Amino acid sequence: MSTIPSDLKYVESHEWLRLQNGVVIVGITDHAQELLGDVVFVELPQVGAHLAADEEAGVVESVKAASDVFCPIAGEVVEINELLEAEPQLSNTDPYGQGWFFKIVPSNLADLDGLLDAAAYATEIGE
Amino acid sequence: MTAPKRTPLYEEHLAAHGKMVDFAGWEMPIHYGSQLKEHELVRTDAGMFDVSHMTVVDISGPDAKTWLQKLIANDVAKLTLEGKALYSGMLNAKGGVVDDLIVYLTAYGYRMVINAGTTDKDLAWMQAERGGFDVEFKARRDLAMLAVQGPNALAKFCSVRPDLTSQLGALKVFQGVFSDAWFVARTGYTGEDGLEIMLPADDIAALFRQLIAAGVAPCGLGARDTLRLEAGMNLYGHDMDENVLPLEAGMGWTISWEPQTRRFNGRDALETARADGLRMKQVGLVLEGRGVLRDGQKVLVPGVGEGVITSGSFSPTLKHSVAIARVPLATGASAQVDLRGSLTDVRVVKMPFVRNGKKVFD
Repeated sequence: MSTIPSDLKYVESHEWLRLQNGVVIVGITDHAQELLGDVVFVELPQVGAHLAADEEAGVVESVKAASDVFCPIAGEVVEINELLEAEPQLSNTDPYGQGWFFKIVPSNLADLDGLLDAAAYATEIGE
Repeated sequence: MTAPKRTPLYEEHLAAHGKMVDFAGWEMPIHYGSQLKEHELVRTDAGMFDVSHMTVVDISGPDAKTWLQKLIANDVAKLTLEGKALYSGMLNAKGGVVDDLIVYLTAYGYRMVINAGTTDKDLAWMQAERGGFDVEFKARRDLAMLAVQGPNALAKFCSVRPDLTSQLGALKVFQGVFSDAWFVARTGYTGEDGLEIMLPADDIAALFRQLIAAGVAPCGLGARDTLRLEAGMNLYGHDMDENVLPLEAGMGWTISWEPQTRRFNGRDALETARADGLRMKQVGLVLEGRGVLRDGQKVLVPGVGEGVITSGSFSPTLKHSVAIARVPLATGASAQVDLRGSLTDVRVVKMPFVRNGKKVFD
């Protein structure tokens, strides 16, 4: 059973979103990091990049495999987690906290409404 | 689809939070939380691996020695001290590798350990090769096996079996000793000091629990793979198989050519290949930047030709990726790997990558 915080939003590609002062923080879920195993490298998007929903935003590479990270909502990347680049295993040990990937200012805040809540994501992953 | 087999440690793996996966038809732990942490514990302290899926084969009979001298490319005549072992390939008529294995000299004949995924094939092969030899061999399915590896492995094992302390203190590397039904050998697949213990299946669960209490960490197949890769050790089915000559898989040192009268299986094909000139060789690859080298990725050597990565992963000790590759003979100090569509520069080095917990190449 993985952790699925109730205050976050989710997408099918296993990213989570936290809205904080108009900025959306994005990371990968506990379920995703369990599937991946130990993460050894991350590739983050460029600050300033304008991404569409479901557009490739980066890569998370574990000992097992490399996996694309998708932007869950259209917007502009305003910050990336340099600590995660230096310590990629934070996405395993603290996926919803220090293991965040990037922050975006959404083009349209209302887009959040269409995303999965914790219960819907849990159903999605069969938990 | 038959259900995967379970070793006598299955319940212990679950109790230790092992994440179970299928390996060669066996349900085995890939890790118990973090394979990177388990790898580090073996390099710095002590970790243990359930290797009961591998098969112990006991060989006896008047022709045991001469049979093995034909069956495998290394020469068991080198084993003169009881318990001493050697590593060898078992070759087919084309010189390809049927399996890689370890053979120990015992009082009754020899003990051999073969891989899990090749057990059925090997036993059928050995049966087919028995003709004309007065030899018996028996797969010891009643035995389980545990590998305890790391700088503190012997000390921690002896804390659980203090009665074996003096015997193990005298044990040479690549030598084993019997203690009743247990056979304890100073061998391993990690590049660290350590032991591999073959023991009655009924005894292994208790040993596992006692070793946990003594501070030995359960370690899974994930760590096993990164450890052996750092140590430059082959994995059957990846770095070599029936279509690969040992001379192209870094196993030249395991072939005993003298005396020329010892016509082991595959010798003729190897001699022909050597006379014709080998085309490929085994090398280590190092990617110092970001990214992970993986099995099957193409290796490009400008002006020379192409090769392939046979084993690749992340090296937890070095904190970057390393790989074993089979490349054209003329390959020099650098090459390129097609890494998910991007040509990436890699260094070509001699293995092992890590020895005594430290980087070897410069």
